[in-house]
Amino acid sequence: MNFLITINVGFKEIWANKFRSALTMLGIILGVGSLVAQSALVKGLENGMKEALIAIGGLEKVYVTPQAIPVWQQHRKDQAVGNTMNDIYALQHSAPLVHLVTPEMQTREVTVTRAGKAFNPWHFVGTWPGALELNQHVIEHGRMVSDVDEKEARSVCVIGTGTRDAVFGSPEEIGREINPVGEFININHQRFRIIGMFQHYESELDRKARALAQESAPEPGKVGPTRKRGQGSGKSKSGAGIAFEWKNNTIYIPLNTMWLKFRAGVAVPLIPGAGAAAGLDSGPDPRLSTVYFKVKDLSQMNDALQQVRNVMMHTHKGIDDFAFNTQENWSENIATATRNARLSGGIIAASSLLVGGVGIMTIMLASITERVREIGVRKAVGATFIDIFIQILVESVVIAIIGGVAGLLASQGLVKLLTLISPADYTPVITVDAMLLAFGFSVVVGVLAGIFPGLKAARLHPIQALRYD
Amino acid sequence: MALIEVRNVSKIYHLGGEEIRALDDVSVDIDGGEFISIIGPSGSGKSTLMHILGCLDSPSKGTIRLDGTMIEHASERELAGIRNRKIGFVFQFFNLLPKLTVLQNVELPLIYTGVSSRERRERALQALKLVDMENRAKHRPMQLSGGQQQRTAIARALVNDPKIVFADEPTGTLDSHTGETILQLFYKISEEGRTVALVTHDPEIAAFTPRRIEIRDGKIARNVDSKLAGLGTSPRFSIPRPSATQHPS
Repeated sequence: MNFLITINVGFKEIWANKFRSALTMLGIILGVGSLVAQSALVKGLENGMKEALIAIGGLEKVYVTPQAIPVWQQHRKDQAVGNTMNDIYALQHSAPLVHLVTPEMQTREVTVTRAGKAFNPWHFVGTWPGALELNQHVIEHGRMVSDVDEKEARSVCVIGTGTRDAVFGSPEEIGREINPVGEFININHQRFRIIGMFQHYESELDRKARALAQESAPEPGKVGPTRKRGQGSGKSKSGAGIAFEWKNNTIYIPLNTMWLKFRAGVAVPLIPGAGAAAGLDSGPDPRLSTVYFKVKDLSQMNDALQQVRNVMMHTHKGIDDFAFNTQENWSENIATATRNARLSGGIIAASSLLVGGVGIMTIMLASITERVREIGVRKAVGATFIDIFIQILVESVVIAIIGGVAGLLASQGLVKLLTLISPADYTPVITVDAMLLAFGFSVVVGVLAGIFPGLKAARLHPIQALRYD
Repeated sequence: MALIEVRNVSKIYHLGGEEIRALDDVSVDIDGGEFISIIGPSGSGKSTLMHILGCLDSPSKGTIRLDGTMIEHASERELAGIRNRKIGFVFQFFNLLPKLTVLQNVELPLIYTGVSSRERRERALQALKLVDMENRAKHRPMQLSGGQQQRTAIARALVNDPKIVFADEPTGTLDSHTGETILQLFYKISEEGRTVALVTHDPEIAAFTPRRIEIRDGKIARNVDSKLAGLGTSPRFSIPRPSATQHPS
C-alpha cells in the first residue's frame, strides 16, 4: 500500500476526531515541552557557571599555595623557605610548559579610606603586570601597574568598581559614573594614587537585570529608607556571582610596594628559628602568598604540574611545603551539577512523555475497537496484515509528531513562563540538540504506542471483524 | 477445469467442547461466468461456504482450487492478494466506510493493489458509471438511500475487475423493488463473463439464477442447474419480473 496514502488516512482519522486527538496530544506536548524547557534551564545554569569559571581565569590557571610540611619532613622545618621570588624566576626559566608565572603577595585586614568613607577590599595584593592577563581583568580607565611602578615601588594602585562604589559612590547612587583615576586613597593610612580601574564585572543575568532596572527606575518618593538586607544584599551573589564580586573588590598594587610598605612591619628572619635565636632582623617577610601560572596546553596539565613541581622541589630544598590548586574541581562540580540537574529533570520529562505515550495507546485501542468493521472491510477488499498494522502505526506516530511539534512550540512559551514565575540566576538557553532529542523521543514514543494497537488490529479475523457490531 | 474446485471441504468449530460442523464434506465445482445462488436456511453453512470460497476463512479439511491456486496452502498475504484482485464482495449491510466519500469507498481496493491515484480515480469513476452512481461520487454513504449504497458497494466489488463476485444477502435490507434492480445489476455483471454467487435464504431470489446450490446442515442438499436440465439456456426471459413461481426449475 502506498505509504503517502496511509499517512493521509492517518491525518484524516486524526482530523475526524479533533478533540480526542488534541487531548491525546496533550501528554506529548507537555512531555516535549518540559523536556526542552528543563534542558534549557540546565543549559542556562551550565553557561552561568562556566561564565564564572572563565571570569576567574579559566581552567588553565593554577595557583600554588603554602601547605603544612608533611610529618616525615618536620625535622627540616627550619630550612623551609616557603614560596618566594626564587620560585618565580626558576619557573620562568625552567618550566616551558607553563607561562604567565606571576607572584602575588596578599595582605589581609586592609582598610581603604577616603573622605570619611571606609571599605575593606576582599582581595588586596601586590603583583606583577601579568596578573591582568592571568586573571582576565579588563582596564576601564587608566592603566595597570607597570614594570617601572614595580621597580620603584611606587604607591600606586588599580582598583575595581567595588572599591570605587564604596569610597566614591556608585553610579546607581549618585546617578553618574565616577572615574577615580588620578584620585588618592588611603590604604591602611598610606597614601596611594589610583592609576587605573577595572571594568565592572557581572554575570550575564546581572547585566540584564541592571539594564532593566535602569529602564524602570523607581519613582522618587516611593522608595522606602535604604538599608542593607543582610547577606547577598538583594542581588544574586549566590554561587557563581561571587566570582564577579570578588573581581570587583580587588585592589592591585606593585609587588615591591606591598613588600616594602605592608610587610616591613612583620619582619621575619631569613632562616626561621635560627634567626629568632640570634635576634637578627633580616628585613620584611619575603614569602609570597601565592604563585600563579597558566598551563600552556590543557591536555598537558599533568606534565606541566609535574614540571613545576620538579622545579619548585629544587628551590624548596626538597621540602614539600606547597600545594597545587586548579579549577578542575570547580569544572568537575559544574559537570556533576549539570549532569544531576539534567538527569533528574530528564527523568521527570521522560516519564511525562511516557504517560503521553500511554495516552496515545489507550486512544488507539479505543479507536480500533470503534473501527473493527472498517478493518474487516479493508481486509475483505485486500488489505494485508502489514497494511493494517502500518495504518494504525502511522496514526499513532502522526499524533506523536503533531504533539511533538506543538510541544516544541509550547516549550518556548514554557521557558518564558518559568523565568517569569521564578527568575533563576541564569538565562535559560533552548538548544537545538534538546529540541531534536525531545522530538525524536516523541516519535519513538508514538511508534511504541502504536505497535500494540497495530498488532491487535492487524490480527483481527476478517469475518469476525465484519460481523462485529 | 472449473474456476473453483471444492473437494471434501469441512469447517469444524469447537464450542465449549462441542464439535460443530458448519460444513461437512462439501465438494462442488463452479465454472467461470456462472451465475449461481447458494441457498439455505440460516445456520445451514451457506455463509461459511461463501467465506471459505472468498478466501476470508480457511477450511478445516479439504482442498479448494481457485483459478489455479490451492488456497488452503496460501499465506495470509497471498489470500489478501486473491481477495484484492480476483474476488469482489457485496454485503447485506453494504459495509461502506462512513468517513469516506462514495468515490473513495470505491477506490479502496485499488489502494491495496498499489494503483496510482490518477488511475484509481479513473477506474473508480468507471465502476460507478457501471452502476449508474457517477453523479453521487462526492456524497457520503449516509447521504444515500439503501439501494444507492448497495450500488456503491457493487461498484467497489467490481472496481478491480475480479473474476468472481460474492454477494451475501445483497437484497436483505432493501425493499422488493430496489432489490429487483440490484438483482438485475448482478445479472448484468454475470453477462459480462464474471462468476457471480448470491448467498441467500430466499428461494425467490435463488430462483433468479440459472444454478442453485442448496445447503442444509453443512451439506449440499441439492445442486440444480436449469441449463443442464434443459429448461432454458438463460434466465433472460425472467429478467423483467423475476419470481420463483414463473421461473422454470
